[in-house]
Amino acid sequence: MSLSTAVSDGFVVAKRNLIKVKRVPDLLVFTTLSPIMFVLLFAYVFGGAIDQSGDGSAYREFLIAGIFAQTVVFGSTITGAGIAEDVQKGIIDRFRTLPMSPSAVLFGRTLSDVVNNVIVLVVMSLTGLAVGWRIRDGFWHALVGFLLLLVFAYAISWIMALVGLLVPSPEVVNNASFIIIFPLTFIANTFVQLETLPGPLRTFAEWNPISAVTQAARENFGNVPPGGGLSTPSWALQNPELYTLIWSAVVLLVFVPLASARYARATSR
Amino acid sequence: MVDAVLAEGLVKTYGKVRALDGLSLRVPEGEVLGVLGPNGAGKTTAVKVLTTLVRPDSGTASVAGVDVVADPAGVRRSIGVSGQNAAVDEYLTGFENLDMVGRLYHLGARASRERARELLREFDLEEAGDRVAKGYSGGMRRRLDLAGALVARPPVLFLDEPTTGLDPRSRTSMWEVIRGLVAGGTSLLLTTQYLEEADLLADNIVVVDHGRVIAEGTADELKAQVGGERLQVTVADPAQLGRAEELLTPLAVGPVVREEERRGLLVPVTGGAARLADALRLLDGEGVALDDVGLRRPTLDDVFLTLTGRSTAEDDAALPKEASA
Repeated sequence: MSLSTAVSDGFVVAKRNLIKVKRVPDLLVFTTLSPIMFVLLFAYVFGGAIDQSGDGSAYREFLIAGIFAQTVVFGSTITGAGIAEDVQKGIIDRFRTLPMSPSAVLFGRTLSDVVNNVIVLVVMSLTGLAVGWRIRDGFWHALVGFLLLLVFAYAISWIMALVGLLVPSPEVVNNASFIIIFPLTFIANTFVQLETLPGPLRTFAEWNPISAVTQAARENFGNVPPGGGLSTPSWALQNPELYTLIWSAVVLLVFVPLASARYARATSR
Repeated sequence: MVDAVLAEGLVKTYGKVRALDGLSLRVPEGEVLGVLGPNGAGKTTAVKVLTTLVRPDSGTASVAGVDVVADPAGVRRSIGVSGQNAAVDEYLTGFENLDMVGRLYHLGARASRERARELLREFDLEEAGDRVAKGYSGGMRRRLDLAGALVARPPVLFLDEPTTGLDPRSRTSMWEVIRGLVAGGTSLLLTTQYLEEADLLADNIVVVDHGRVIAEGTADELKAQVGGERLQVTVADPAQLGRAEELLTPLAVGPVVREEERRGLLVPVTGGAARLADALRLLDGEGVALDDVGLRRPTLDDVFLTLTGRSTAEDDAALPKEASA
């Protein structure tokens, strides 16, 4: 199977997934509405309590990159749920009896979720601008920040792809990912300064890759000084871009082969 | 000539369940094989092995001369598959479903579009073709799924219970479609729970139970084994059931089944209406009063009863409900 066939098969599958987003917009509406709600809740309900020095505008600026990170990581669960649904409905059976590239289904699925995440990031950026968030370090740096978020989310979506192939139904993906991903996105610098966390949690948060990707985005948006304002930041937070890329690469190296191997045996029950 | 499908000694276990237990079958090129069996007999697992979805634990199988384990990609180039649960993407239109399959067979953009339209016309889905498949009826989904299996005009076709769950009218129209295909020379392996369906469509039938072939032959051969028809009698007075059995046993071509709770007898006969008339004359002559009498064609249940001594319903009750394995 040539590479160009694999790529074109991947695009056919990605197109199919995007048609679904168009026909069932609830999915996209839900994934964008909840972050907008988070922006508003954190900015105006908790913001005052967290940032008592000023009018909250500094906190709102700090907050946005954290919500971006949380949202794109959650976006990866669409991959898992979508694949679980396709297995359940026999669509994967149909794909697997076609002489198509076997990698195309997973690559197409993860690719369409990148497109999804781009749309969500645009909507959230506009919301951020409305509550006072600004890009202060120029267009190119901001682009690097967005790209790091997308790369990290892409890697996570391969973990979710494997989960989607293993579980019996899409609901399981949604529930399981909520229980695991939700705390991970909170034990991080997404919503609070790390100084406020107690010892072990702080150490965990400093090495949490979600902290690193948040930090990388913040720095590139020009929303915080390098090092995250910590007096003695971890290596991960001193080198958030590198740390994010290492994590993404490791996850991809492990989970692309695992998910692909599992796909080759996946069938409806 | 290479057989379209050849399977020998296929075994597949899921935990403790032996879904396939040494299954062997053969579909000569251009012929139709009906795989007949109750739920859980291993029909779907057999189709999954032959269509490269599941690797057998042991045994060999080839489709169009290509080994399913050694070269699954090669097998996929010559097969079309339509499953028990119509694998239709309900968020796409009928056209988009077929067009996508064409692209994935690498027919090219233009040929995929043209083939999709052509199939929609053939399968009477032209009007619905640009509507989202979510709104399709069960029969329409099955037809769309079958059309998907035919996009690349594969020489070997697998249909797994193509009419299960369809209303009688959709079933009849599905049969017409399948007969048209077969007339075009396609080799077909068809699984079904309905003897009538296998009879109508298949050249040869294998009866499968517990993952093994327990009988095979043409529909006529099987029916001869099972007896041509079933004479179903209900006596008015339960005390006369024994007398009725004595009178009717000479007419039977197989064991008579006595069903106490409905005051009934089930007598396998050949010769149709003439035998019914004989039965009525015999019973009337001895003064055995009847509530009901009728003649019906043998069902899968009768085949099973004859071959295994138990009915498919008993089987369902005895086994834990296992979704379509």
